[in-house]
Amino acid sequence: MHEMSVCESMLEVVLKHAQRNRADKVTAINMVLGEFSTVMPESVQFYFDIISKDTVAEGASLNFRRTKLIARCEECGDEFEVVEYDFTCPGCKGEKTEIISGREFQVESIEIN
Amino acid sequence: MEIEVLEGVFDANEIIARENRALLDEVGAFMVNLMASPGAGKTSFIMKTLEGLAGEMKAAVIEGDIAGKVDSERIAATGVPAIQINTGGSCHLEARQINTALDRLDLEGVRLVIVENVGNLVCPAEFKLGEDLKVMILSVAEGDDKPLKYPLMFSESDVLIVNKIDLIPHTDFDMEVLEETVRKMNPAVEIFKVSCRTGDGLDSWINWLKERLT
Repeated sequence: MHEMSVCESMLEVVLKHAQRNRADKVTAINMVLGEFSTVMPESVQFYFDIISKDTVAEGASLNFRRTKLIARCEECGDEFEVVEYDFTCPGCKGEKTEIISGREFQVESIEIN
Repeated sequence: MEIEVLEGVFDANEIIARENRALLDEVGAFMVNLMASPGAGKTSFIMKTLEGLAGEMKAAVIEGDIAGKVDSERIAATGVPAIQINTGGSCHLEARQINTALDRLDLEGVRLVIVENVGNLVCPAEFKLGEDLKVMILSVAEGDDKPLKYPLMFSESDVLIVNKIDLIPHTDFDMEVLEETVRKMNPAVEIFKVSCRTGDGLDSWINWLKERLT
């Protein structure tokens, strides 16, 4: 639901880097989107097409690289994929874990002319 | 030509959230970000919490709603300063709006700021506000299956308030199932079972909060 405001922030990031690199046109935007993010790629593309009109990023295609939800156990140090939102460490059953990937919503790179 | 960017879309929000944090630290205030579905009992819970702390510390409330000022008027009627933010359709609060609200509040001597986020179990979980504590409410009538449907909020929250426990006999709500599901997602979460209507369970929450504030 918050894709509109998210798209505005995303466009700001893209335009800042496009301007810095004196781009005439942004042809593609490569995004990293974690599995645990609530952002929907289809909605992002939909809103992005609307708000990027009349900017150098108009018509850019958005590519999403999805990352899996990975946590690190603070007790034994193991990294594991979180399945069905069970954050208990499968190795030592430790309960203190930290998310190390899966929450990203990042502009990884842009392709420009 | 490909240009590396590596910039998070939420970075700009997080920078402002850190500014809010610094501002609150400066005045010695503690901020709670309260999130829940519409109708879970956020405003009633805030009022009960304020009642429980009355006379012991100064508090202020920031109310986030898509429209209207019903909630801030309810709070202001108790004598606690309240600022209403109308998001105008947006489904969550962002750090920038809190920044403006903090500017408008007289924070002199205020120890606790409670932010009532927009009623929604999805979006508010993505936006840091600069809070010390993320508290969410799940009300009994919403069902014990909600954590699996809205995992981000349940896993991000420091505290889960299960409200309206007086309704349990009239529903199929299973507290054990809820606790088991939430603990897997968020082993460190503090769970308080309350009824804002009967007052049940509120003491343990208020005492727990007081310990964090003193």
